[in-house]
Amino acid sequence: MENAEQRKAILRLLRKNARIPVAEIAARLELTPEEVEQTIAGMERDRLILGYLAIVNEDAADDREVRAIIEVEVQPRRESGFDDTAAALSRFPEVRSVYLVSGRYDLRLEVVGTSLQDVAHFVASRLASQEGVKATATHFLLKKYKEAGVLFHEEEEHERLKVVP
Amino acid sequence: MSDSKSSPNRWLARHIVSLPRSGIRDFFELVNAMDEVISLGIGEPDFVTPWKIREAAIYAIRRGHTTYTSNLGLLALRRAVCRYVEEHFGPAYDPERECIITVGVSEALDLILRAVLNPGDEVLYHEPCYVSYAPTITMTHAVAKPVVTCRENDFALDPRAVEEAITPKTRVLLLNFPNNPTGAGLTAAGKAAIAEVAIRHDLLVISDEIYEELSYGERSPSIASLPGMRERTVLLNGFSKAFAMTGFRIAYGCGPQDLIEAMMKIHQYSMLCASSIAQAAAIEALQNGAAEREEMRLEYHQRRNVIVKRLNDMGLDCFMPRGAFYVFPCIRGTGLSSLQFANRLLREQKVAVVPGTAFGACGEGFVRCAYATGMADIEVAMERIRDFIGALR
Repeated sequence: MENAEQRKAILRLLRKNARIPVAEIAARLELTPEEVEQTIAGMERDRLILGYLAIVNEDAADDREVRAIIEVEVQPRRESGFDDTAAALSRFPEVRSVYLVSGRYDLRLEVVGTSLQDVAHFVASRLASQEGVKATATHFLLKKYKEAGVLFHEEEEHERLKVVP
Repeated sequence: MSDSKSSPNRWLARHIVSLPRSGIRDFFELVNAMDEVISLGIGEPDFVTPWKIREAAIYAIRRGHTTYTSNLGLLALRRAVCRYVEEHFGPAYDPERECIITVGVSEALDLILRAVLNPGDEVLYHEPCYVSYAPTITMTHAVAKPVVTCRENDFALDPRAVEEAITPKTRVLLLNFPNNPTGAGLTAAGKAAIAEVAIRHDLLVISDEIYEELSYGERSPSIASLPGMRERTVLLNGFSKAFAMTGFRIAYGCGPQDLIEAMMKIHQYSMLCASSIAQAAAIEALQNGAAEREEMRLEYHQRRNVIVKRLNDMGLDCFMPRGAFYVFPCIRGTGLSSLQFANRLLREQKVAVVPGTAFGACGEGFVRCAYATGMADIEVAMERIRDFIGALR
């Protein structure tokens, strides 16, 4: 397998399950475990893979987070456009993700906090007051149905035959 | 009171009474009665039908598209089928006259056999094979003649063996590659050699290609595409395996107009038409299901690599199948028969595999493991089989 092809195939498996054992990747792709380790290390070194996260069902977690999507309208700057403001907002640990998007507003943030008040306070005192931020709209997340391709409700079990010729 | 004069059996047809009851029926019942079994015995996809296909079926119901269709099936579906066959693996067919939509490949096979066979005609088919072939042939009052395939050939059909089995009564050659239960496939050269025999002996070829889209590695066009074959081949395929649509019961046959017309005559008096809802779902599968189909194929392909390696590592000789979702390891080294192996593995390790003999006598010494099961279950099943074999030694 070509190196680029190997990377693509391994990435496809990791995107579905980041905890897939190296031995299984190797067996699936007919590679040696060493080749798999090396390819993954290479992708980490090249910052193609930046990290591995768990998909958590907050409803079942003890320390529930309050999460909100914040739409941010930004006054672009002559030299840097949206980048300076986006970089400044990205530095807050409360800000989980930052995307520049097309459409009615410019940046789409995901913010986490311990309570509604906590998030509301953060938005009012830190985000809305940032230089370059023209307006914000906060949408608290009420329920998760799907994240990163994973459904949060189990598909109903259906009767499956145990032996089919 | 069940003596011969009062038993309802007295009304049964002789050829149905003499139809053998599947020898592994008891084994199936044993599996079904047990809990917590990991089953590698399931010959259907473990994926749920892709949502867009299910949604298309729901939409058809909502719009009230729930009436009979043309006996041949919706023309829109036949057009989509013919386009798909030509693009992917077969020759060009005329959707108006050379394609029929059926209730599964099983119905299509029954139709073409009934359409062409007279009592006493002989049909060649290869074993190990899907369990319905011989009985379906027998029910037409024709004679089912098995041709053995073997491990030495990776269970591909040897044209010389076909030739040796031909008699003046032989009319039909029934093929199924990629194969259930072995996973065997035919190379382009293998297809050409079989085609040559079929042409020389003027045989009709029925090619059940239900697993064609689940081919791994090199693919070659359908035998129907070879010179001189289109006019003597009926190509059967369906949606059950490639699109995970077993419960929709929807398939198709393509072939020369006169043969399709004859199939349609039987179909119109027995089935009338395939489910209109399933037909709507099938159109969606062909038009928009390519990404999901490919995703499932890739997953089966990788599972095959894993399961073949695991079985060989534990000392069960297993060739690399070219398609379908089955591996067919040899268990002779354990000293057990196929049925003993399957029975004891089930009782001692709660793993279900199907004895090779379910698919013909020449399946003795082999078992069928289906990998249409999630990888986590496959891994556990492999560990249990390894433990089972270890305990035998």
